[in-house]
Order: sequence, then C-alpha cells, then structure tokens
Amino acid sequence: MAIDLNSKPHLAPGCRLGENNNQRVLLMPERALRLNGPSLEIVQRCDGKHTVSEIVADLQKLYSKAEPGKVESDILGYLELLHKDRALDFTA
Amino acid sequence: MEHPQPTPLVLVCELTHRCPLHCVYCSNPRELAARSSELSTEAWSSVFRQASEVGVLQADFTGGEPLARTDIVELVRAARAAGLYVSLITSGLPLDEARLDALLGAGLDHFQLSFQGSTDSVAEQISGTKTHAQKLRVLDWLKSRRVAATLNFVLHRHNLHQLNEMLAIAETSSATRVEFANVQYYGWGFVNRELLLPTRAQLDQFLLDVKAAEERLRGKVRVEYVVPDYYAKYPKPCMGGWGRKVMLISPNGDALPCHAASVIPGMHFENVKDKPLREIWESSDAFQKFRGESWMQEPCKTCDRRTQDFGGCRCQALQIAGDASATDPVCCLSPNRAKVDAILSEIQAPPSTPMASFLYRPNPS
Repeated sequence: MAIDLNSKPHLAPGCRLGENNNQRVLLMPERALRLNGPSLEIVQRCDGKHTVSEIVADLQKLYSKAEPGKVESDILGYLELLHKDRALDFTA
Repeated sequence: MEHPQPTPLVLVCELTHRCPLHCVYCSNPRELAARSSELSTEAWSSVFRQASEVGVLQADFTGGEPLARTDIVELVRAARAAGLYVSLITSGLPLDEARLDALLGAGLDHFQLSFQGSTDSVAEQISGTKTHAQKLRVLDWLKSRRVAATLNFVLHRHNLHQLNEMLAIAETSSATRVEFANVQYYGWGFVNRELLLPTRAQLDQFLLDVKAAEERLRGKVRVEYVVPDYYAKYPKPCMGGWGRKVMLISPNGDALPCHAASVIPGMHFENVKDKPLREIWESSDAFQKFRGESWMQEPCKTCDRRTQDFGGCRCQALQIAGDASATDPVCCLSPNRAKVDAILSEIQAPPSTPMASFLYRPNPS
C-alpha cells in the first residue's frame, strides 16, 4: 500500500509499548517486537498526532548524518511492515 | 551450562480445566485437574509477578475455559499490574456484555475467540455443545469496543471445506487476526486422530485458498495458519524449542515446558506453590530435560536444521517412535517417518467417516 504522508499513524487496538529488563518492546497479539534506536523513535511518534511527514522530518533531524532520502524510505518501509502486521492504523 | 539460559517470553496460564465444551481434540491432558486443586487468585497473582521478573512479556489465559473462573477479572487486573500483556483465549461461552466490559476495564489486551466451524451443526458435533450462536453474539459485542480480536478456527477433515465461510465470519468482524490451526494430535486429538486427520487433497485445497486469502486481506486481517505436521516434510519448532520461550502453568500450579509434556514417562514437574518460578525455569529437571542440544540423537545431532526446529516435538517422538528423545518422526530424515506415512495411508478415503464414534472430553470433577 502507498502511505499517505499527511496521514497520522497510531497503534492498533491491542498494541502498546512495553518494557522488560530495560528493553523497550512493542507488544501485540501473539508477538512482541524489540525496539531499539530508530524503531523506538518511530513507534513513539505513532500516537495519532504526528503525520508521517512530521515523523520523517523529526528523524531526519535526529539522524542528520544519514542520507535524508534513505531515512524517509526506511521509515515508510517500517510503517508499511507494522501496518501489514496489523500493529498500525492511519487516520486521514 | 553449555548455553546461557534463555529468557521465557510467554506464560501460558491454564487457569482451569473446567469447560462448557467437550471438544474431541482438546489440548488438555487426558487426566484433567479437579476444581479443588486449582490455584487461588493470590497464587496466580504471585506467579504473574514472578514471571514478569524473569522476563516474561505476555500471559495467555487459557483453560479449559478461563471464563469459568469467577475471579477472571481480578486475574486480568493482577497480570496487567505485574506488567504483562494479557490475552484471553476463550470459547466466549460464559460471557455477557457487562462481563466483557469488566474484563476490558481490568486491562485485557487481546481477546481470542475460538471457533469449531462456520456452522452450528459442525460446531456442535465437535464440541458436544451448542455454541455457535453465542460466538456470533460475542463478535457483535467486540465490534463496538476497542480491543484486539483474533478468531481461531480449529481445522480437521470435517470442517476444512468451510474455509471460505470462516473467512467471511472473520472479514465481517472487527478481528485483526485470524488463525487457522489444524488439530494437533496429542491428548484427546491423538485418541480421535483417525477421525480428524484431513486427506492430502483437502489439505492441498486448503493451502491454495488460505494463501490467496492471506494476500487478499493484507493490511486488513493478518491470516496465520498451522498445517497438520503429519503432512509436513520437516517438524515444527515445537513450543519454539523446549524450555526456550514458553512456560505453561497447569491449573494446580505445575510448571510444564509444553501442554502435552505430562505424557512423557518419568517426567516430574515442579509446582509454583513449592518453588520460585525462576528456579523452576532455570534449573528444574523438566525444563532442562530437552533444552539445548545435548539430548539429541542422530539425525538431529549433526543436522543443520536443529537450530530451526530443535528436533521437533518430544511428545510426538514418544507417541510415534516410542522414544521422547528421538527425532520427531514427521521429519523426512527420521528413521521412523514410515510410521507417519502408514497412518496417513489409512486415511486417504474421503471424509465420510461418521462422527458418532468420537471420544468426547469430559469435565473434571
């Protein structure tokens, strides 16, 4: 699916951030994803308030040494993956 | 220790063996735990706290029927308070809207509703109970509430042909996940195996249809499926490896590496009433027995796949090869594979077997 840059991603029902032994995780039905560095930065912003563009801009600032186009495509790929896993929904 | 201790991630909580259903493939042991032996609310709460401290992330509340526990709302609250993600795996039977709201209010994260078929008649023949209409009511209630929902369809030769109707139930619900789990042949399922195993033709059609559904529903409903491993070339990584990810607590507090482990002769299971959960996980004989690779025989011992499937299922090795530490006989490399093929060759007839001869699971005392 093509992600709309103006949409606002938010965690789907039954998906939430958790923590155990100082490891942040995304908890969801029947699985848990370890979140580190960029993946944690992205998921923390999937709160229904940030647009995809804003998340991209934030991370491009945060990882200013990385190539901005690469940061954007990595984020879109990751959001798509979470959507496919039914961990993420988008509101217009 | 040759390997560092793994961290358990999932605590399967068999809260009770009581159940209004009598499914002919029930995963509970043949010997069911009596109501009087069940752990108290306080004992379970302590188990949740100890599990979280060892690293467990998720508690799966199952049974029997977990809703048969009158303290189920309290148990959900206690598991959430301990920091766990709580799934309820239920038939949906002893449930009304008020109780559902109480469960959600207590912090239930994920509601998994099990189905025995897409129609009343199949569901009733399998579970020995009228359940289907109530399940459809529960789906309606879930639609107007914010909770993750999974539908779980248990498949066998008498309902594999209903896949499209099952998908239709899932698609018109609020579920984000649907599981198509073929019956596993342990316990009650093993007893009724000849009446449940699908034919190769049924399975092939199912695989075509389910893969198409997976594509079509991408981004809407996550479709997951488990094939009956008698038909597989290699064994499943049973429980993600023995004592590697999952700990199961039975209704009376025994700690097991898997649902069926009690069938293995000579196994002794520690009880959470007597020992700390961490100690049971890290050093009890039952969890050490098939952990890692030192117990393996050939062909597993030197096989490249041993780190993927961990030698398969110990209970299946016992049931078919007569030795719990043998290679899972469903593996094409197992010297006992011919025994699985012999079982399969006997069930290639079309699924016209009358269901009347099923052995139904009773209720514990």
